[in-house]
Amino acid sequence: MDKAPIIEIKSLCKMFGQFRAVGNLDLTVHKGDIYGFLGPNGAGKSTTIRMLLSLISPTSGEISVFGKSLAKNRNEILRRIGAIVEKPDFYLYLTAEQNLRFLGKLSGLDIQTKLVHQALDQVGLLDRANSKVKTFSYGMKQRLGIAQALIHDPELIILDEPTNGLDPVGVKEIRELILRLKSDHNKTIFLSSHILPEVELIANRMVIINKGSAIIEGSVHDLLNSGMLTVSFSVDDTQRSQQLIHESQLVQSFLGITEHHLLMKLSKERIADCTSFLVEHDIAIDGISSTRSLEEYFLSITRS
Amino acid sequence: MFLSVLSIELSKIFSKGRSYIGFGAITILVPIVQAAMYSEGEAYFSLFTQGLQQQFSFTGTFLNGYLIAFIVLQSLLVHVPLLVALVAGDMLAGEATGGTYRLLLTRPVSRHIIVLAKYCAALLYTIGLIAWMSILSMGLSLLLFGPGELFIVSSSITVLQQDDILWRFFWAYGFGILSMATVASIAFMFSALVENSIGPIAMTMAIIIVFTIVSALDAGFIKDVKYMLFTNHLISWRLFFEETIPMDRIMLSTWVLGGHSIASLLIALFIIVKKDILS
Repeated sequence: MDKAPIIEIKSLCKMFGQFRAVGNLDLTVHKGDIYGFLGPNGAGKSTTIRMLLSLISPTSGEISVFGKSLAKNRNEILRRIGAIVEKPDFYLYLTAEQNLRFLGKLSGLDIQTKLVHQALDQVGLLDRANSKVKTFSYGMKQRLGIAQALIHDPELIILDEPTNGLDPVGVKEIRELILRLKSDHNKTIFLSSHILPEVELIANRMVIINKGSAIIEGSVHDLLNSGMLTVSFSVDDTQRSQQLIHESQLVQSFLGITEHHLLMKLSKERIADCTSFLVEHDIAIDGISSTRSLEEYFLSITRS
Repeated sequence: MFLSVLSIELSKIFSKGRSYIGFGAITILVPIVQAAMYSEGEAYFSLFTQGLQQQFSFTGTFLNGYLIAFIVLQSLLVHVPLLVALVAGDMLAGEATGGTYRLLLTRPVSRHIIVLAKYCAALLYTIGLIAWMSILSMGLSLLLFGPGELFIVSSSITVLQQDDILWRFFWAYGFGILSMATVASIAFMFSALVENSIGPIAMTMAIIIVFTIVSALDAGFIKDVKYMLFTNHLISWRLFFEETIPMDRIMLSTWVLGGHSIASLLIALFIIVKKDILS
């Protein structure tokens, strides 16, 4: 069943002087999606998010949110969005509770202490409600950022690198919170990240952008499982293994050998066949590791 | 929504330590002037009127609460602009420095409302500051020195009767608010232009100093345009202490100061509405 589009971006472009930060970007996010927005640093993720939140105006192109033009319905749309944009900055001289109270009020809420405490509890900051934000660590500010994004119960949540600065436990908690927001409350989540495994764990759809343009978009499952894997077998006799593999014609693309490793391109289904084949021919296998082509690709653009 | 944003902005102003610097400075400055005048006032007054004493005979004392309040009001040109700019210059630039534009401008409130609410909050702060100054300088001075005639020496000598003074102070403080609102507006405009809080304060004070120097020059075209400089009108509150109040000059000053304030607000609005938030 086709779900309603929540965000539709068409031919979006942003120029800063001669520099093209975002160029001809198209994407669609559907209701209930956890949409991964991936790209290396400087790819144009934050610029796109700022345009989505009307913090900066596009040079050209269209943004529709909830089926309405953002340019013409800014306030109506922003009332239904909660967001974290880059660093979690707050009024440092105010307490966590005061910050949330002010921001809730600006979102049009008749703000009550119970609501503020509920939001703080959701991110594990209830016991620090009355502490000034200047005493918070980066991770705590990041949590408070999530609380302010949720306080007005938005339908669409835009999270720009929400796990930055969090410890592993914090990362896991935020991941679980995002999944809960989708499963229990059917929220749509637009999650920007430069970490593929983070998106892989929670998103159902994703786009990878680089230099301001979308490179690849689709379902996370399809994208991560399509194509070949680069598989490395750690074996005791690489020369003999290579010969056997050649003769067997099990492998479409042999990439080479190192001292103890055989490297080859295989489909996921062929890994087991290949393993059995080597074991049947008395080759001892110490380990098998695989890298997906998408991951390799993402790493290559990230590194570049 | 405007009132909600205004109340938030006022709460923010009064949650910041820097907002109390102005009140603190006035609370220290005014009693210092009063203490100095209490102990040495008569000697100062004699020294000041030394030339006049050869032509006029003075009986009694002119050192009273009204004279002290009048002296304190002179600081409107020098000290108070700095105190006002300290807060007004931070209203928008402070959001950029703190990265909180992102929080504020992603809420369903138009940028116009946010800018107007911030501007009104800066004006209310200015009014509060002048009100505090009037309470301390007038109230405390009257308590310490008592009332009396007001002796003013400018281009002419004016002696105002005791029952003819209070209403003049009322209007003078009102005009002082307009003067300082203009300074606040200019600091506010600079605050929209830059992304640090020191810049607008420094720029506002630099403008006041440069315009004051230019106002003192009588050469060439400057003579023709200097009446348009706001610094020329910041001390027009003094006109309320002339025997016959020159309403035409007060109206001109009101227009010039009001014009500067409105123009500054409109420029700030234009900048913020068009601004790409990159901080």
